[in-house]
Amino acid sequence: MDKPILEIKNLVVEYRTEDGVVQALNGLDLTISPGETHGLVGETGAGKTTTGLGILKLIPDPPGVVVDGEIYLDGKNVQESNEKEMEGMRGYDVSMIFQDPMTSLNPVMTVEKQIAEVYELHENIKEAEALKKSHEILELVGIPAARGSEYPHQFSGGMKQRVVIAIALAGNPKLLIADEPTTALDVTIQAQVLDMMKHLKEEYNTAMLMITHDLGIVAEICDKVSVIYAGRIVEQGNLVDIFDNTRHPYTEGLFNSLPNLADRTQKLKPIKGLMPDPSDLPTGCPFHPRCDYAMDICSKEKPPRVFRTEEHYTECHLYNEANIKEGGVIKRD
Amino acid sequence: MWKYILKRLLYLIPVLFGVTLLVYIIMSVAPGDPAKAILGDQATPEAIAQLREELGLDDPIIVQYLRYAKGLLKGDLGTSYKSKGPVITEIAARIPTTLKLTFSAIIIAVIVAIPLGVVAAIKQNTLFDGLSMFIALLGISMPIFWLGILLLIQFAQKLGWFPSSGAESWKSFVLPGIALGFHSMASIARTTRSSMLEVIRQDYIRTARSKGMPYNQVVTQHALPNALIPTITVVGLQIGALMAGSVLTESVFSLPGIGRLIIFSIQGRDIPVVLGCILVFTIVFSIVNLLVDLLYAYVDPRIKAQYS
Amino acid sequence: MEAKKHKKKGPIVEVLQRLGRNKTAMVGLAIVIMLIVAAVTSPFFYDYDEVIIKQNIPERLQHPSKTYIFGTDDLGRQIFPRIIYGARVSLSVGFSAVAIAFIVGGFLGAVGGYYGGVIDNVIMRFMDIFLAIPGTLFAITIAAALGSNIRNLIIALAISSVPGFARIIRSSVITVRDVEYIEAARAIGAKDSRIVLNHVIPNALAPVIVHTTLNVASIILTIAGLSFLGLGVAPPTPEWGAMLSAGRTYIVGHSYMTAFPGFAIMITILALNLLGDGLRDALDPRLK
Repeated sequence: MDKPILEIKNLVVEYRTEDGVVQALNGLDLTISPGETHGLVGETGAGKTTTGLGILKLIPDPPGVVVDGEIYLDGKNVQESNEKEMEGMRGYDVSMIFQDPMTSLNPVMTVEKQIAEVYELHENIKEAEALKKSHEILELVGIPAARGSEYPHQFSGGMKQRVVIAIALAGNPKLLIADEPTTALDVTIQAQVLDMMKHLKEEYNTAMLMITHDLGIVAEICDKVSVIYAGRIVEQGNLVDIFDNTRHPYTEGLFNSLPNLADRTQKLKPIKGLMPDPSDLPTGCPFHPRCDYAMDICSKEKPPRVFRTEEHYTECHLYNEANIKEGGVIKRD
Repeated sequence: MWKYILKRLLYLIPVLFGVTLLVYIIMSVAPGDPAKAILGDQATPEAIAQLREELGLDDPIIVQYLRYAKGLLKGDLGTSYKSKGPVITEIAARIPTTLKLTFSAIIIAVIVAIPLGVVAAIKQNTLFDGLSMFIALLGISMPIFWLGILLLIQFAQKLGWFPSSGAESWKSFVLPGIALGFHSMASIARTTRSSMLEVIRQDYIRTARSKGMPYNQVVTQHALPNALIPTITVVGLQIGALMAGSVLTESVFSLPGIGRLIIFSIQGRDIPVVLGCILVFTIVFSIVNLLVDLLYAYVDPRIKAQYS
Repeated sequence: MEAKKHKKKGPIVEVLQRLGRNKTAMVGLAIVIMLIVAAVTSPFFYDYDEVIIKQNIPERLQHPSKTYIFGTDDLGRQIFPRIIYGARVSLSVGFSAVAIAFIVGGFLGAVGGYYGGVIDNVIMRFMDIFLAIPGTLFAITIAAALGSNIRNLIIALAISSVPGFARIIRSSVITVRDVEYIEAARAIGAKDSRIVLNHVIPNALAPVIVHTTLNVASIILTIAGLSFLGLGVAPPTPEWGAMLSAGRTYIVGHSYMTAFPGFAIMITILALNLLGDGLRDALDPRLK
C-alpha cells in the first residue's frame, strides 16, 4: 500500500467554553491513501468539521484545544509544525472546501483576486500572472473568465461554490477536504457540482476527505467510508463493506433514515432521539441511549474495536471476532 | 453614481430651508429682544422701537423668515444685527479656525483609533486589549472641556510647549485637536475593535487562512477592509459630534472660530449670524455624510451596486 | 455545535444572567444605582439653602481635609455635598429629557415604521431636518435661545434626542413588521394596536434599551458642557459642569475645585457606558 497522505491517530479535541467542556473529538482515527476518496459520515455536531479544521490546524483557539493525538499530513506532523510551516502546507498540500459558499468568500474582494492569492502565496509569481491562472481555473470550474472581476454578491450560490472549489484546487493539493460542499445548494446544482468535483479529482488525482451527512453522495463518489458518532469513528470500511455488510446499529440507522426511492410506500425509520449533548456524553458507548440493541454493558464500557476484514471494523458490544464475520445481528427490512 | 450624488445634493436644499425655518422659529419664540440686546439695558424705548423697525422685527415671524429665505436663495446670508456687516464675512473670517480644529481632531482620532482597535481585536483579552479599551472608555467618559483645561494647564501654561490661546500657527491646534479628538478616537477605536472581532470570525477569514496566507496578511487584506465599513459610519457621526464639541474646545482654548461666534451671537440675539453658523455647520455635516456614503460604496461593492 | 436542549429559561432571565456574569457591567450598574440613591436621598442629608447654596466666605478655598472632605469652593461652599447634589441635578435632567424623547420619538418612529407610506415619509423628512444639524449643537442652540433654566434645558435636550429614538424604533419596527409571526398574528385578525404592543415593541426593545442607556450618558455630558459654557444650569444650582467652570480660575493651587466635578462627570458617563455595553452584549450574545 502507498504511504498514506493523511494519518490521524487518536485525535482528541475539546472546546472549552464558559458553559462547559465540549468533547468534539474523542480519539478519532483516520487514514487516507493518495488518490483515495474517503467519506466521513455523521450527523451535525458529530465532529466532522472539527476533523477537517484539525488537519489544517485551524481549529479556533480559544476555545478549541487539541488534547491528544497525532495528525500526519504527507508524512509531516501537523501538531508539531509551527505556524509558518502550516502556512506552507495550507492551500498547497491540503485545502478545504467550506460548507457555506454564501459566507466563505470575502464580499469586498473580486473573485479572481481571491483565487489569485493562492498562486501568489505558493508559486511566487506576480499578480498579473496569478490573475491569468485564476482565469484558467475559473473556466475549469465552469465560470467564464470574464466574470472573474465581479464580486461574490453578483454570483449565485452554485457559482460561489464553484469559486470556493477553484480556490481549493488552485494550489493543486495532495489532499482536498470537502466539508458538506453541496449542502447549501439546490438539488439540481448539487448534482452538477458533485459531478464536477468527481471529474476534477480524477484529473488531478487528488485524495479527498468528503465530509457529509448524505449517504447518497458517499455512494456516488467515495471509495472508503468512516461513520462518525460523537467524535469517534464507529464503523469504517470500503463502500461495499459499509453499504452491504453494515454492522454498527448507528450506520444501519442512517440507512433507514433515507427514503427508499425504489419502494416509495416504505415508511422511514428515523433514529430515535437526538445527538447527545457533546458537553455531557453518555458513559460507555455514546450511542446506547438511542440504540435498539442496547445491552447492559453498553452503558458501562466503551465498546472494543472489532475487525471484520483488515479494512472493515466497527466499535460495538454486539460483536466479537467470531460473530462479526457471520453477517451480524442487524436485519435490514 | 453621479445621479445619486446629484439627488442627495438636491435633497439638501429643502432640508436647509427646513433647518433655517426651525432655527428661526426657535430664536423668535425665545425670550429676549434682539434690539434690546444690541442697544443695552440703558437704551430708550424709542431707540429700541426704531431699531426693531429697521431690522423688521415687528413683522410676523413668517414674513421675516420669507424675507430671509429670499435672500438665502440669492446666496445672501443677511446682515449681522450687531456688527452691521454681512454675515458671510463674519463666518468666512472664522471658518478656517474651526475647520482646522475639527480636521486636526479627526485626523488625530483616526490615526490612533484604527490601529488601536485592530490590534486590540486581534489580541483580544490580552493586557494590550484591556489597556487600550480602558483608555477608550476614559476617552468616552472624559468631558472635552475638562481634558482641554488639563492639557492647557500642563502643556501650555506649565511647560510652555504650546500657546495657550489664539490660532496663529499649527502649534495652536495641537492641544485643542487632542482635547477634541480624544472622545472621537475612543468611539472609533471601540467600533473598530468590535467590528474587527466580528469580522475575524467570519467564514471568509477561515477561507483566506486555509489558502496558507500568513495571519497578519489575512488581517490587513481580508479582515480590515470589511471591518472598516462600520468604522466609516462612526467617523461620519463623529464629525457631527466634533462640530458641536468645537464650541466647547474653542471656548476653552480661546480660539476665534464659528463655535464661539455662535455662542456670542445666540446670547446677543444676533439671529442672522446664528442662522448663518447653523447653516454652515449643517452644510458641512451633510456633505461629510454624503462623502461617508460614497466612501461606503467605494469600500463595499454591494452598496455600490445599490447606487447605480 | 448543537443547541442546548435542556436548561429552558425565559429570555429575560437569560439576559439578566448574562448581564450578571459581566463584571464590568455590574460595576457600571452598581455605580449607576449609587448615583440614583445619592440623587434621591441627597435632600435628606443636606439642606439645600443652608449647605448647598449658602455662601460662607471665611471658609473659602479650603483644601480637602477631615472637615471638608472635598474642600470648599471660591464661595466657601463645601464641594462634597454639592457634588452629591449635582448627581440629583444631572440625573433628573438627563432622565426627564430621555423620557420625553423616548415617548415622542418612540411614538413617531413606531407610527412611521408600522404604517409606512405617506405618514412615514412625512415623519422621516421632518426628522431629517433635525438630523441634519449635529445633535449637541442643536441642543446648545435651543438651550441658549430659550435661556438657561432647568425646564428649558430639558426641552432642548429632549428635542435634540427625539430623532435618534424615532430612527432606532422605526428601524426596529420595520424589521419585525414583515416577519412571518406578525403576518400570522394579522391573519388571525389581531388589531394593529395589539400587534404593536404584543409583538413589535418587545422585539424593538433590545436596541432601544441600549440606546437609552447610552443616550442618558451623552445627555449628561451635554448638560455639563452647556453649563460649562454658562448656557445650561445657572449658578448657584450645583451642577458639575458649572462647578468645573467656576473652578477654572483657581485651577493653579486649587485644582480640587475642577478635579472633583470632573471625576463626577467622568465616573457617571463611564458607569452608564459600561452598563450600556453590558446590556448590548447581554441582549445580543452573538457579538460576544
